Amino acid sequence: MSAWLTLEHFFMVAGAFVCALGLRIAFDAQHPRRWGSAAFWLLLGGCILTGKLVPPELIGYAVLLMTVLAATKQVEPPEFGHGDTAELARRAGELKNKLLWPVLLVPAVAVIGGFSLAKIRVADAPLAITGQASQISLGLGCVLALGLAFLLTRARPVAAVDEGGRLLQLISWTLILPQMLAALGGIFAKAGVGEEVAKIVAALLPVQHPLVAVVAYCGGMALFTIMMGNAFAAFPVLTLGVGIPFIVQMHGGNPALMGAIGMLSGYCGTLLTPMAANFNLVPVRLLELRGDMTVIRAQVPFAAAIWIFNVVVMYLCVYRF
Amino acid sequence: MTRLLGILIIGVGFALRWNALLVVALAGITTGLLAGFTFSEIVRMTGQFFVDNRALTLPVILMVPVVGLLERHGLQERVAHLMRRAKAATAGRVLWFYQFVRGLTSMFGISMGNHASMVRPLVVPMAEAAAAKDGQLNDATSQRIRAHAAASENAGNFFADDIFVAVGALLLIKGFFDSVGMPVELDDIKLWSAPTAVWVIAVGWWRYRVLDARLKKARAEQPAAGEGEASP
Repeated sequence: MSAWLTLEHFFMVAGAFVCALGLRIAFDAQHPRRWGSAAFWLLLGGCILTGKLVPPELIGYAVLLMTVLAATKQVEPPEFGHGDTAELARRAGELKNKLLWPVLLVPAVAVIGGFSLAKIRVADAPLAITGQASQISLGLGCVLALGLAFLLTRARPVAAVDEGGRLLQLISWTLILPQMLAALGGIFAKAGVGEEVAKIVAALLPVQHPLVAVVAYCGGMALFTIMMGNAFAAFPVLTLGVGIPFIVQMHGGNPALMGAIGMLSGYCGTLLTPMAANFNLVPVRLLELRGDMTVIRAQVPFAAAIWIFNVVVMYLCVYRF
Repeated sequence: MTRLLGILIIGVGFALRWNALLVVALAGITTGLLAGFTFSEIVRMTGQFFVDNRALTLPVILMVPVVGLLERHGLQERVAHLMRRAKAATAGRVLWFYQFVRGLTSMFGISMGNHASMVRPLVVPMAEAAAAKDGQLNDATSQRIRAHAAASENAGNFFADDIFVAVGALLLIKGFFDSVGMPVELDDIKLWSAPTAVWVIAVGWWRYRVLDARLKKARAEQPAAGEGEASP
């Protein structure tokens, strides 16, 4: 029994769109990096579409090829300009608040779907499986919003490819950085990098002291997340290497409390690292910010204030409850 | 120790601003080779992980056609127009409100949006319009607001995970402790996630007040430019 909607359906839509963008670029003689960009987006579209069908080796080589194209500056957006502001204001006056409907439809569908998709059953199968309901609802919201946007603007489908493609080209190769980093994290895990780091932390610091154990665990979570870009990858490593032996077993700390606050300390690292590309680098491109570190710089005070709070709460509570 | 060479490559590569994709690929290949995998095994793993993590980019790819299309029909201008009527709005208050709502929905394990679906089409135009109400919005101000808008999404997203309905991070924590033979109660994990979630709202309140104060100061220092010119 499988669910009616799976992420695979949405990969089809996304892959088709990215392929269409690649084709549009291939036929655009004005494009400054016509063939490199076209190849990049066609390869990416192909990987998204056929991910589960072709052998992983092929995807791996395609990914390496995309990396080479990006590193040799073959993937660049053309000059888009900002459009005629007066003309845009005039168009905004035509549709007025209707322009907002599709954008508001997305969170509405995401929230309602997130609560209900996994619970609704049609012909003995749920609409979505529990673990995917949130992502699928967001995807469903996007697809429905696009339909509504077509209705309201009477634009042709090719306009959606061009306008969406404009934003994708602004994001450029940064778009696949999150997936690349996830792959790196996976390789790190298989190579045992984490165990090595935990050993060093435990060897360097006097973790016999309860406060030092808390600081080492929370600090290790943040630091390791900064290096790996992902708190989920840091969590098992630091919890096995530092948390469980020194906080729980040596000093009798509460594992649930330690785990919860340890993970949140890892997120402080996520706020600080370019390795967390989808949170810190993709928005730089998407919001047309200058300087890769601008988002991270705005987040430094957040990370510091939250991390210190976590250490204080953990130290005060983990050995008492 | 040699296994940590990959981390060193990442550090050096990012510091020297090499192409990030290239740095990551080099670090992965080096680490894999040092750990005794063959090159083709590494390529296979890369492909496998790349496909397994397609969901990371999915929301951005699906959302950009909607946003791009609506922008061409004046979405940002309309949002700005609406915001000019909201007298009490400041850039900081808009961002704080967004962070709060984002965190609140995240407590139920729901992702109401991201940088592509909420921040670019709604949050940034709202905050910029609120800041531009009494004067011009210069480029430096706009950049500062946008960076904080991206931060409000991340702060709202990260720190209020699953407190009421566990779907992601908290299940991972529970699963991990179960797997090492140290069972914990899900309700305990939820309970101890809550203090930080509340604290992050307070930190946001502080950060966005600082932002508003800085914007005010920048406005005072820079006299209003020529009237009637459209803001960028």
